[in-house]
Amino acid sequence: MNIVVLVKQVPNTTDVKIDPKTGNLIREGVASIINPEDRHGLEAGLQIREKLGGTVTVISMGPPQAMETVCECLAMGADRGILLSDRAFAGADTWATSTALGMAVRKLGEFDLILAGRQAIDGDTAQIGPQVAEFLRIAQLTYVRRLDAQEGKVIAERALEDGCEHIEAPTPVLVTVLGALNKPRHPTVEGILAATSERSPVEVWNAADIGVKVQDVGLAGSLTHVVRTFTPKGARDTRRLEGSATVIAAELLEALRQKEIRLGE
Amino acid sequence: MGAIVIDLEKCNGCTMCSRACPYQAIEMADKKARWIEDRCTLCGACLESCKFDALFGEMPVPEVPDFSDRRGVWVFVEQHDGEFHRSAFELLGCARGLADELGQEVVAAVLGNDLKEKASRLIHHGADRCILVDDPSLAYYQTCTHTHALSELVKQHRPNILLIAATHLGRDMAPRLARRLGLGLTADCTRLTIDPDERILLQTRPAFGGNIMATIVSRFSRPQTATVRPGIMTPLPADSSRTGEVSVAQVDMAACREFTRVLECVLPEEKGVDLASAKIIVAGGRPVCSDRGVSVLREFADAVGGEMACTRVVVEEGFLPATRQVGQTGQSVRPAVYFACGISGAVQHKAGMDGSRYVVAINKDPDAPIFEIADFAIVGDLFEILPALTRAMRER
Repeated sequence: MNIVVLVKQVPNTTDVKIDPKTGNLIREGVASIINPEDRHGLEAGLQIREKLGGTVTVISMGPPQAMETVCECLAMGADRGILLSDRAFAGADTWATSTALGMAVRKLGEFDLILAGRQAIDGDTAQIGPQVAEFLRIAQLTYVRRLDAQEGKVIAERALEDGCEHIEAPTPVLVTVLGALNKPRHPTVEGILAATSERSPVEVWNAADIGVKVQDVGLAGSLTHVVRTFTPKGARDTRRLEGSATVIAAELLEALRQKEIRLGE
Repeated sequence: MGAIVIDLEKCNGCTMCSRACPYQAIEMADKKARWIEDRCTLCGACLESCKFDALFGEMPVPEVPDFSDRRGVWVFVEQHDGEFHRSAFELLGCARGLADELGQEVVAAVLGNDLKEKASRLIHHGADRCILVDDPSLAYYQTCTHTHALSELVKQHRPNILLIAATHLGRDMAPRLARRLGLGLTADCTRLTIDPDERILLQTRPAFGGNIMATIVSRFSRPQTATVRPGIMTPLPADSSRTGEVSVAQVDMAACREFTRVLECVLPEEKGVDLASAKIIVAGGRPVCSDRGVSVLREFADAVGGEMACTRVVVEEGFLPATRQVGQTGQSVRPAVYFACGISGAVQHKAGMDGSRYVVAINKDPDAPIFEIADFAIVGDLFEILPALTRAMRER
């Protein structure tokens, strides 16, 4: 089975701040990691390859430093890594990102299964998976927490808000996964050495390599634009209640009664 | 599509343009520059490099199209087993405000089977009109059928704004629909307003787990499409005197290729937890991860007539079901009072409950972030405070 895994490099925290002067995110001093759910996507791909044979190709889009992420995926066991990196890709919304990723998958040629995390911890949009699937006009299965791949089809358990559903889809298909799917393996020492060696099977593709115009990707190719970013303010006057548990309990219930909160009805 | 045109009379073969091109899209042949269309990304680097005016670019210029004919604020009405999801009423309440601001109508778009009789409820809650696609293939949600039906409706009616709930269903369908129709899409909005000057939709959403808010616009496509976090917008009270047209649209569902097959749908054993409409919520964090912890929480919840809820770790440790999880990956709630018991207040959790009217925080750690958004702060052990509160409630 030819498997493609989409991965994103993200800051290792959601605790980011905005520079009040520029309005930009302050990323200095924050380490980068593979987006957590994408690691589960890669692990799923590796397990399926172990069962059915085939190849696992990782594609990521990002600045040159995102090569770390691609190499880490190779060190975990991926066969080939492709980094889409070009200044023209910068500032992309999900429309422009899915254009670039979709064109890159198309350039790879034949594939049976595309795996990705459900969403990235920096943007939380969960849009890239479905948008790449639509770009390629293949089926999608999102929120997948169990996955059984066979030749020609996959059977997945999709988490719903309450309960779940079991769905079968013929390949080619795109699957976005939840962390509950599996436990990702760690990179091996041999894997790290191979991934970072001169003969490492990694490539960097730019806009010309995937056959797009600069107007179709990055900020220029985006359909949405950020007009303002701000830090949400917590506007509550906090009243501290002190004393014994009994005193606190009586004070709190009285305070809520005065605010016309009806408890116990 | 654009092009690079080379004037061979003026080109003296200096190679500046070839060297300036980041994509190897200009080669030298017979001492003249030659454009390689396949490699060209129309970035324009070559144009600036030529000192002899030998290069001209016919570049595509992005223009904001004229959308003044686009009218209507549409709400996609999510339904399960023929019952409208509560998010539909929240979106109608939100859409009503936007539509009044724009002087346009609210349209409820329903995909399902045999729902015409129920459509008047959508009118009562704020819709001016209701458009249904009525087909057996739409009774149960599937990505391909729903995306097809809704995109056909949008193509037929050309709305200005389209709101979709950011439920699992909405987050599965909306990006697929947006990609098909060439729409900008903003995920998980928590605030929607109309820009007073441009008259476009300002879509505000949290990013980085709620640490940062971003306001986003879609100037280049219509309908302006957003998914909206459930539990944030306020439904309008039902007004049974409201009337409106309910029409059935014709969509050729045979044109939709079925990709996937649903084998079975498994519902959870515990049903009927409706945190989003609970008035009182008693939520526990890591310290309630024990049988005793859950029972202390439950006794207090029973005493105040509230619903039990929890953070992610409590679900992961198996002490409460996922249906009771509040936060980024759980539910958004906005009760009158939210008791946060032993909850530190990670941004992911706060994102799901900071719309609560009053927050009571009980935590041993005086520096817990939950206190930043608390109306009442109690630094103490929930195993002492909660039983005291339960006793005080019973004595009343």
